[in-house]
Amino acid sequence: MGPLSDVRNWLDQRLGWDDLIAPLREKTVPLHKLSYWYFLGGITLFLFVIQVLTGILLLLYYRPGANEAFESVQYIMTQVRFGWLIRSIHSWSANLMIFTAFAHMFSVLFLKAYRKPRELTWVSGVILLFLVMGFGFSGYLLPWNTLAFFATKVGTEIAGQVPLIGKPMMIFLRGGEEVTGATLSRFFGFHVAVLPGLATLLILLHVLLVQRLGISVPPKLEVQWAANPSARREMKFFPNFLLRELMAWYVALGVLGALAALFPWNLGVKADPFVPAPAGIKPEWYFLFMFQTLKLIPPKVWFIDGEVLGVLAFGLVGLLWLLLPFFESDQPSHPKRWITGFAVFALAYVAGMTLYGHLAK
Amino acid sequence: MTTSDPGALNPADRLSPPLPRRRFVEALLGGGFLATVVAFVYPVVQYLIPPKAADLGGDSVVAGRVGELKLNSGKIFRFGNRPGLLIRSSSGDYRAMSATCTHLSCTVQYRDDLRQVWCACHNGKYDLNGRNLSGPPPRPLEGFEVQVRGDEIFVRRRRDA
Repeated sequence: MGPLSDVRNWLDQRLGWDDLIAPLREKTVPLHKLSYWYFLGGITLFLFVIQVLTGILLLLYYRPGANEAFESVQYIMTQVRFGWLIRSIHSWSANLMIFTAFAHMFSVLFLKAYRKPRELTWVSGVILLFLVMGFGFSGYLLPWNTLAFFATKVGTEIAGQVPLIGKPMMIFLRGGEEVTGATLSRFFGFHVAVLPGLATLLILLHVLLVQRLGISVPPKLEVQWAANPSARREMKFFPNFLLRELMAWYVALGVLGALAALFPWNLGVKADPFVPAPAGIKPEWYFLFMFQTLKLIPPKVWFIDGEVLGVLAFGLVGLLWLLLPFFESDQPSHPKRWITGFAVFALAYVAGMTLYGHLAK
Repeated sequence: MTTSDPGALNPADRLSPPLPRRRFVEALLGGGFLATVVAFVYPVVQYLIPPKAADLGGDSVVAGRVGELKLNSGKIFRFGNRPGLLIRSSSGDYRAMSATCTHLSCTVQYRDDLRQVWCACHNGKYDLNGRNLSGPPPRPLEGFEVQVRGDEIFVRRRRDA
């Protein structure tokens, strides 16, 4: 009996540790040629943890406020040892996390993992994606540079286009009529308190649901395995899958470290409300497909403003996206064709418009 | 190699070669993991240490103007990043000292009723030269040199060496 197992026994007698992790021991992961896609959710979670840790570190030196924010980030990047690295990791990890969250969502969509009984897992996941985009939008303003200032101006203006609730929502987001230091205070609060709280709760729910319902297999395979149970192949979650997942995290960490060290994030120029917006100004890449769509809609469509139409359309598509599982059939042998078509179209649209927006002058 | 082979090793020897290899792989993995941990912990620890703030003000500051202080009164002035205390005694001469109490670093004040320097936090008392008289302060306050040039009162650190 080593000291380690003494501690283990002590804890087990008080927490019922073994009962607690028993489900993890029995948990299995289905094995098939698309099993690799199962890593994406875990990688997203890992990057979220990195965000929390580096975010806390940045909080040690960051000061919100129109007169201090830019200077404090500048201080982090020039005076604090490894400050540039911590901030770069936070920025890169944010972008990678949004990318892996999108990839995870589309993989779930194409593997049809959202089907009954996993509707709530999908719904919580889509809300998490919205929250992650909220993290991106609010965090982008915090260094208080020119690009962030105008991105926030345009972004909140678009929110203001929503009929009826748009204007009050815009004023709520901005903390007034204009983007000012008051906006910065609010965004700071959203970014470090409101969103992390909500996201943590939803992540717990999301992971709990995954744990409770087990891991889905694509419908075709589900039908095959139901017909012929001996064909079923799976891997133990603990430790077999977990070790593989850890390897994926290790690779993600390597990629993140390399990107942050080789391409440190820029700080830009301090925001000044009284200078013109710089030419070629664009939002972050994950908002680009919406930005580009709004640019392409004519100013007036019939009697509706183009912007209003665009915002309403995205709102409707977002709602449909959230409720997608409820339109799917209960029979794994007969998945709804139009949902697959819609998914393919959505991926092509988002990817195409992002690329177009990136290349467009 | 079979057991019937006359040159065969005994079973214990046959088992031994894979072990060092396994240990080598384990050392490689463990070492790599350890190196990663160090590579992440080191920058974080360095990051946590606050950079030294520049000591503003340097050696000599203007603590006040002649005529600003009545007889038997005192004022706090900025000396770099710390407060200093400038006192005009009842006889009219100027004294200056650090205003940071040597007990637990509260900022002290001049009490005209006591004609002493007093710390409100734990009732520590110093005389006009900064010597600790009563209460918890363990050491005198650091005294500064005062020079009146024109109508400005300059204060600077004493050079004892």
